[in-house]
Amino acid sequence: MLNSVLVANRGEIARRVLATARRLGIRGVAVYSEADADLPFVAEADEAVPIGPPPPGQSYLDSAAVLAAARQTGAAAIHPGYGFLAENPAFAREVLAEGLIWVGPPPEAIEQMGDKINARNLMAAAGVPVSAGSAEPVTSAAAATAEAARIGYPVMVKAAAGGGGIGMSAVADPAGLAAAFETARTRGMRFFGDPAILLERYIERARHVEVQILGLADGRVIALGERDCSVQRRHQKVAEETPSPGVGDELRARMLAAAVQAGHAVGYRGAGTVECLVDAVTGDFVFLEMNTRLQVEHPVTELVTGIDLVEQQFRIAAGEDVSFAPDQVRPRGHALELRIYAEDPVRFLPSPGTITRWEEPAGAGVRVDAGYTAGNKVTPFYDPLLAKLCLHGQDRDEALARAREAVPAFGIAGLRTNLPFHADLLASEEFRSGDYDTSIVTRLRP
Amino acid sequence: MAEVRAEMVANVWKVVAAEGAQVSDGDTLVILESMKMEIPVLAEGTGTLTRLHVAEGDIVQEGDLIAVIE
Repeated sequence: MLNSVLVANRGEIARRVLATARRLGIRGVAVYSEADADLPFVAEADEAVPIGPPPPGQSYLDSAAVLAAARQTGAAAIHPGYGFLAENPAFAREVLAEGLIWVGPPPEAIEQMGDKINARNLMAAAGVPVSAGSAEPVTSAAAATAEAARIGYPVMVKAAAGGGGIGMSAVADPAGLAAAFETARTRGMRFFGDPAILLERYIERARHVEVQILGLADGRVIALGERDCSVQRRHQKVAEETPSPGVGDELRARMLAAAVQAGHAVGYRGAGTVECLVDAVTGDFVFLEMNTRLQVEHPVTELVTGIDLVEQQFRIAAGEDVSFAPDQVRPRGHALELRIYAEDPVRFLPSPGTITRWEEPAGAGVRVDAGYTAGNKVTPFYDPLLAKLCLHGQDRDEALARAREAVPAFGIAGLRTNLPFHADLLASEEFRSGDYDTSIVTRLRP
Repeated sequence: MAEVRAEMVANVWKVVAAEGAQVSDGDTLVILESMKMEIPVLAEGTGTLTRLHVAEGDIVQEGDLIAVIE
């Protein structure tokens, strides 16, 4: 097993990765920006190294500063968490060139999946279903018009290097296309340094369902069930659950098999997620993209399988077997994750501030992965995720009942949070029924 | 006269309108960025943008004056 690991991330995910390291007797090193010096992940690490000022470009995205911290502390491995440098193949290569262990997939796999157009083509060639869409980058508004006519409206316009819903929009007819193309191109340049655009057929009533895969040290790829991530605002996830109420056994079997094929196609190692769209009308699915890292919502999979995914990442990175029998995984019960964001619960606008009160709910089937506590300052420099409130029950009804108790028991003061939104979500008939799609938030907050 | 103030702590990402310009209700004056989200600040009223209090890269606090339209 590894003897030490540096976590190149912040907030709840840094804290969560460090917790598993501690449990396994691995020395955990944190890096932090000036804005994060007082956060729990810094206090809980065995060692913590300041790496720069608050803006991400000068700290968490500064690969030289992260590598210098690894050298200074003698860390043997780097775990990137999600976001920041996690899906940067150049950084993964630098880590390996330093003689360190990269707790992530091979850089080639990150690269192949990082470009959405390349990933689509690769998946189609591997026999994984993809929607009608661009096989090469769309470089002008005129080309976008021609491409949209070929694909058929409505279309989704996206930045090929994008993520987190940034720069993405659905277009119903030719009138809105040029503006959507420009938005995607400028956002793609600004956030990802890449203006390449792709168009895909837009599915009007879609569920966003993803499959957790693990590429094992011996080359096998296994699937650990799906997560339904259809509750989204601005194309960003707000709540996730497993199993998906919209996926039956037959569809699940096909999706899991396709995800394994996807992993094999890129020689995947470690934890990854194959994101798909399920057409709620036809019941078919298409490949959307692959996230070559640990996913924010991985706890729901951990709750139903009893598997610590970060432990498996460490084991696979060290060339070891996983801690469970891969052919004997039997998910148990139902799990739900509610993302607690620092934002107003109506318009979902950011709400930075200082946390004056922080009381987490507890009890049977309740797990809280939090990045903050009372007295911490939530700054505008990073994403608004404060904590993930996760619930496990014998079935969906029990998980939801636990959520209805836990949400009002989560006491946060000093800034606005979306907890009232979660209360409304849990009370809504649409969510309760399980028959919802990616537009549910728009219906709850018209 | 209408004052436009920041709704939250944010970084000023882009200044779209120039001091002295004629603006209409709903025009984008500046674009703030907070928590990885772009938040356009819009003109509340039509008139001349007599004062613009922020520059790109500034950090504004909730309630800070961004612009004055007369």
